[in-house]
Amino acid sequence: MSAPELVTCTIDGIEVSVPKNTLIIRAAEEVGIMIPRFCDHPLLKPVAACRQCLVDVASPAGPEGKLRAFPKPQPACAITVTPGMVVGTQLTSQAARQAQEQVAELILINHPLDCPICDKGGECPLQNQALATGRPVSRFADKKNTFAKPLALTPQILLDRERCVLCQRCTRFCAQVPGDPFIALQKRGASQQIGRFDPAVLGVAWGPDGDAALDAAAGDVAAVSGQPFAGYFAGSIIQICPVGALTSSDYRFRARPFDLVSVETVAEHDSNCSAVRVDHRRGQVLRRLAGDEPRLGQEWITDKDRFGFNWQVAPDRLRRPLVRRGAELVEVSWPEGVAAAARILAQATSTAVLPGGRLTLEDAYAYSVFARAVLGTDSIDFRARPSSPEEAQFLGHFVAGAGAGVSLDELAAAPAVLLAGFEPEDEGGIVYLRLRQAGAKVYALAPFASRGLKRLGGTLLQTLPGGEAQALSALPDAVGGLQAEAAAALRAAGAGGVGGVIVVGERLATVPGAYTAALKAAERLGAKLAWIPRRAGERAAVEAGLLPGLAPGGRALAKLTSSEAQLVFGRELDLAPGLDLPGVIAAAAAGELDAIVMGGLELTDLADPRAAAEALRATKVVALQVRADGVSPWADVILPVAPPSEKAGTFINWEGRQRPFPQVMTSTAMSDGKVLQVLAARLGADLPLGRLASAHQALDRLGAPAERLAAPDEPPQPPAVPAAGSGEALLSTWRYLVDDSSGLDGVPHLAASAPAPVARISAATAQAVGVEAGQNLVVGTDCGSISLPVVIDDLPDQVVHLPAKSPGSWVRVNLSAADGARVALSAGRAVKEVKQ
Amino acid sequence: MSPRRTGLDPSRQQKGFLGSGVAPWAGFGVTLRTFFQKPVTEQYPFKGKYPPPFPRYHGRHQLNRYPDGLEKCVGCELCAWACPADAIFVEAGANTADEQYSAGERYGRVYQINYLRCIFCGMCIEACPTRALTMTTFYELAAASREDMIYTKDQLLAPLEDGMLAAPHPMAEGLTDDDYYSGAVTGPSPGQVDWVARRRPDDPTLAGAKAKAGAGEPVAAKGGRP
Repeated sequence: MSAPELVTCTIDGIEVSVPKNTLIIRAAEEVGIMIPRFCDHPLLKPVAACRQCLVDVASPAGPEGKLRAFPKPQPACAITVTPGMVVGTQLTSQAARQAQEQVAELILINHPLDCPICDKGGECPLQNQALATGRPVSRFADKKNTFAKPLALTPQILLDRERCVLCQRCTRFCAQVPGDPFIALQKRGASQQIGRFDPAVLGVAWGPDGDAALDAAAGDVAAVSGQPFAGYFAGSIIQICPVGALTSSDYRFRARPFDLVSVETVAEHDSNCSAVRVDHRRGQVLRRLAGDEPRLGQEWITDKDRFGFNWQVAPDRLRRPLVRRGAELVEVSWPEGVAAAARILAQATSTAVLPGGRLTLEDAYAYSVFARAVLGTDSIDFRARPSSPEEAQFLGHFVAGAGAGVSLDELAAAPAVLLAGFEPEDEGGIVYLRLRQAGAKVYALAPFASRGLKRLGGTLLQTLPGGEAQALSALPDAVGGLQAEAAAALRAAGAGGVGGVIVVGERLATVPGAYTAALKAAERLGAKLAWIPRRAGERAAVEAGLLPGLAPGGRALAKLTSSEAQLVFGRELDLAPGLDLPGVIAAAAAGELDAIVMGGLELTDLADPRAAAEALRATKVVALQVRADGVSPWADVILPVAPPSEKAGTFINWEGRQRPFPQVMTSTAMSDGKVLQVLAARLGADLPLGRLASAHQALDRLGAPAERLAAPDEPPQPPAVPAAGSGEALLSTWRYLVDDSSGLDGVPHLAASAPAPVARISAATAQAVGVEAGQNLVVGTDCGSISLPVVIDDLPDQVVHLPAKSPGSWVRVNLSAADGARVALSAGRAVKEVKQ
Repeated sequence: MSPRRTGLDPSRQQKGFLGSGVAPWAGFGVTLRTFFQKPVTEQYPFKGKYPPPFPRYHGRHQLNRYPDGLEKCVGCELCAWACPADAIFVEAGANTADEQYSAGERYGRVYQINYLRCIFCGMCIEACPTRALTMTTFYELAAASREDMIYTKDQLLAPLEDGMLAAPHPMAEGLTDDDYYSGAVTGPSPGQVDWVARRRPDDPTLAGAKAKAGAGEPVAAKGGRP
């Protein structure tokens, strides 16, 4: 990279050289001069709305380059420095100081003096700047503007309009960053205010045309602006509000900033592992804010990361071990619980381990070693979701031991990105924000353009659910059409040295041949490949070898050298080939397994929850869980483990980057690794599984594998398209970012802000089934049915899209079906108008 | 350094023959004298009257109420922030339509003062923005356990005076928290009395409040905001 062109100017008598096009306010920060500001935010475009940053500016002009002052103070947040510019801030210029004092006084005219009851009081830029650069005394003696308060923008976000200083950070964030323009400046003059499109506030009645216009603005036929769903990143506006106008329903009046202990840590909800700041008081987490991590979400996080922390202290949180005595689970002491678990495992001749996909690297490594060295089984699978042997092979070949792959920075900088089995917003979170910000050309293999893809300005390469394998293998040879355009864009990016990126998600596991096709397509197009799972622990699980036949460090278990086996397992192993999760479930159901050790996985996420429940009933289950939910009806021993905020550890995000985090709360809860260490000791094995360093030491000493595992080679299979007029359809489904996830338990306000679940079908399919938009569609399989209101969308015929785990639509539980399955459609009874 | 001449100087303590003979008994003279004086010991707290402290004596705290019975405390924690001894613990809560304890949106849900820590400096009452927290002259603060020395909100709240209506109940119709603060409320309004009568017909403060509200006293000296 060439050095940027520098421009030299003088600020308060200090000479500073900054890159060209730097704003005065940024240049002043370089030399440690803080110009007061409200509307300015480094990640938003300049708007100069609040006028608080007025400074005195003079720049050389005319042929002689004589220094000429601007006639009036200028906003520092909107003017870039020019060579020879001389700037006087409030520190040296009387004019600037006076201008800033006057602006502050003007802003405070209508700002209430309710700092004692305002959540922002104590951390408020307006308080700080009014003290630092405002007039000491107000001259305003009349009544201030008041509004009914608070106005709920969403159930989660409340607006106190009288506190607002109209800086427009929130509206600019919504429009510029996620592209959810659900609020705007309304009215004029003294009554100007921020609001959603609320007819009651605006005093207008929206006609049908008005609604249509708003729908177009939001980019979705079903999204009506002004309704509670405001997008997955809306919580960010609470954090960037420079006054206390925007507050969170959860945090409102709960604490003052000086009560809080802040800890920088890592969010546990998705595979980005975003940086967050946890604020806690007296052993209780009160809020989470976005941390500053330029390589990830910059200063933005998803609302799930922001508000979803109460699950860790849910009422069913376990504090002591539970042991089954007859039909009941009874609370026992730790020694008793461990002894009971050890008894089950010692008596078992065949065991399996299902650790789930939310583990830290250290805990995943502990499970890996525990299964192989202590239990002597290779039947271990972290994938608590529909999966396939091809996927396991793909992960072993492409992901395990590969180190840092495509980074989010690289993905955002890529000129062309192809998404397959991956919805950028619902399954990607901040991946969506970075893609949108970079303006990359995005192509998506999907049945329809999702709300996220539309706002990315992406191109839909319409594919039937289950047709991704075929589409990917045909892509490099595509002639004409959008497919050829996408292939050309990826090829051109590769030839340009920057590299296009093909992103594959975890949903491709249900499409036979898809991962093979993705590997081949990436190779032929010269594109990079990135695997982005949903859960935070999946990448670490792959690195730790939580798949049958896969050892830690990306090696085949069967091909470990004796020194490597010694290093990891403490001895050489000779294990029979293990089973993956469906194999474990089948074996357990057939009575071939004596015991299963389970981590915190939810049966409702598995491909067939009913079969899994039946299988667990037929065997002994030792579960290591934070909460009693999920497997407690089937568990024989449950050992409580620490949630992420009560232990230290390292997540590995989908980029392959380690994201270490400290223990946030004081707690005596033990991590999975520690519990496994205690259990192993009881079973006669002395292994340092609970020590954080042991996993890192072993993996570091193993290093990168000498050779990669064999690539999957499975021919692409066409989707099983039902015959026209059969009343059947292919199911398209994925988990929405805000849904009935147990990670969002105890967050009623966010749940109420979630997108309303609807079934999407094409107009022709709707006609064939005999439903109209807004009426209920019944989607059924042999196992059950789901009934949701219909939204007509641009889907292929005979395809239906359902949210995978939203209220009233638990696809796995109700239908036992995954993406690409065949389902039957029929008309349900009519319901009231659809709102999203 | 030269030795100073002090009372400890052995040269000054030299006594004569008689003096050195009487000196060991001289102290009993004081004892003897006191036999015939009135004792100063007070049998506090069983007997006797101790003079009350000065009006501005810093005694136990009190959380005040508005004349209609609503609490003045808004749970802002400025008292806790100001406290140099970290003796005050506050957790705020949001008033709801059904449970309004203070004027405005926010009230002090939890309020505790630890009198083992309190140094009675009065910084907290200076910090209070609503004059909710003041100090009484009550100084009889003693207990046998640590728990008993942590005073909770129900102990600190000012008792309901005659005519006050026990919270929770809504604010007086048409008034804002600013109006409350500026003294516009002088007693419960008929609307507030009705509200409580409907929900808690057995409330012991109802009769007094009804009498006060019905007495035709102006509830609001000033009108609410336009």
